[in-house]
Amino acid sequence: MITINVDMDKCQHYGQCVFEAPDIFKLNDNDKLEFVATADDSRRSDVESAVDVCPMQAISIVE
Amino acid sequence: MSKSVVIVGASMGGLRAAEALRNNGFDGKITVIGEEVHAPYNRPPLSKEVLAKEVTHDAVAFKLRAQVDDVIWNLGDPATSLDLAKQVVTTASGKTFEYAGLVVASGLRPRVLDLPNGKVSGRHTVRTLDDAIGLRAELVPGAKVVVAGAGFIGCEVAATARGLGCEVTNVAIDSYPMIRPLGEELAAELQRRHVAHGVCFRLGHGIKDLTGTDSLSGVILDDGELLEATVLVEAISSHCNVEWLANTNLDISNGVLTDSALRAVTTDGDSVEGVYVVGDLARFANPLFDDEPRRIEHWNIPTETGKRVGAVLSAYLSQADNFAELAAQPFTPLPTFWSDQYDMKIQGFGMPGLADRYELLAGELSDELVMAYFRDDALIGVVGIGMTAEVMKYRKQLLGT
Repeated sequence: MITINVDMDKCQHYGQCVFEAPDIFKLNDNDKLEFVATADDSRRSDVESAVDVCPMQAISIVE
Repeated sequence: MSKSVVIVGASMGGLRAAEALRNNGFDGKITVIGEEVHAPYNRPPLSKEVLAKEVTHDAVAFKLRAQVDDVIWNLGDPATSLDLAKQVVTTASGKTFEYAGLVVASGLRPRVLDLPNGKVSGRHTVRTLDDAIGLRAELVPGAKVVVAGAGFIGCEVAATARGLGCEVTNVAIDSYPMIRPLGEELAAELQRRHVAHGVCFRLGHGIKDLTGTDSLSGVILDDGELLEATVLVEAISSHCNVEWLANTNLDISNGVLTDSALRAVTTDGDSVEGVYVVGDLARFANPLFDDEPRRIEHWNIPTETGKRVGAVLSAYLSQADNFAELAAQPFTPLPTFWSDQYDMKIQGFGMPGLADRYELLAGELSDELVMAYFRDDALIGVVGIGMTAEVMKYRKQLLGT
C-alpha cells in the first residue's frame, strides 16, 4: 500500500490531480478537494503523475 | 562506454526529463547543468507566497525521487556553448560534458527595460528564488511600488504587494491586464477587481526613465508623468536562454524549433537526432490547435515536454524497435494555467489567446464565471474564475476526447 498526503495549507483545489487519478482525488460539490489516503501499490504511477501536475506541489507519497 | 545524457537547465523541465529517462529504463549517466545554485524548485509561489512569507528553498523545492538519486548536478555553472558535431557542452567554469543525448531546458530570463538612468537600486524581476527573496525585503507596508507589465507575473505581484500594504501602480503598454489570455471583456473585469483592491493603472503607457541618484525615487512614463516609487518590478517579457546555442545551426529564432518528437530542428528544417528541447524554449506545433509551432510559457508544459522527451530519448539511446513509432506520435499537450490574485482563482485550458470570439458560459462577469473562447466556431480555450468543477467539464472537449 502507498500512503498519500495532501498539504491542505498549500492545496488551492485546482483539481489537476483528479484527471490523473480520479479514483483517489475528487472535487466535492463545493469545489474542495477530497482524497483517499491509502491506495494499492499498483496506483503509484498515477499518483506520481498527480503529484507532478499539482501546481501548488501539495501532494506527496509518504515513503 | 555507456551512453550519457546531458540536460542543460536545472529547473522543472530538466528534472522531469531526468525522471522520465529513468522511468523509461535509461540507466546511463545523467548530468544536469544549471545556472542557479539551487536544486529544482517550483516557480509559481515566487510571485505569491515567497513574497508574502519567509519561504525558503526547502518549501518550494521539488521532492527528488529515488530514481534520480544518481543524477549528477552541476549547479551554479551555466552552459556557455555547444559543439553539435563533437557532442560536447562547455560551461562557464570551462568544464566539458560529452553526451549521446542532449536535453535543452535552459528556459527564459526576464527582459529588463533599457533606460538612461537605469543603474539605480530598487529594480527587481521575479524569475528566480533569489529574485523573489530580494524583492520581498522591499515590499513593506506603504512602499511605493510600480509594476511594469500586466501579464500573469505583473498581476500576481501587484495583488501580493497590495496584500502586503504597498501602494501599487501597474504600468503596461497593453489596454487591459492579462488581455492576451483573457480577451477584452474578462480582462476589463480583472482590471476592475484590481482597482477595487486599490491598484492604480497606467495602461497604454511605457516607461521612459527613472529618477533617483543611488536608489530609485520615481518612474517617468512615456507621456512625461512622474510616478513616485522606491520599488520597480519589471515583468514585461522574457528572453530565451539560447546564447549557448549560437554557434550551432539550430533554429533559435524564437526559443528552439522542434519536431513533434521535440527533437531540435536546424535552420534547414532537419531534425537533429539525440538533441531534444523541453519547457518554455520548445517551439512545437500542437495538432490540438493547428500546425503553427509555438512556445508555450505555461506551468504544465515543462512536465509534459519532459515526459515526452524522456520516453523518446530513452528509446533512441537504447535503439529500441519502437523508436520511430514513438517519435512519430502526435504530441498534443493541453496548455493549462492558473493564477491566484486576491481571493480569485483563475484557471484556464487551451489557447484562448488565439480566439476570435468568446462567450460567457456560466456565472456572472462580476462574480465567479466560466468563459469559453472560439476560433472559427471551434472551442479553443476556456477560462474560469472560481467554478473549478464547471471549468474542468470543458477540458475533455478541448482534448477532443
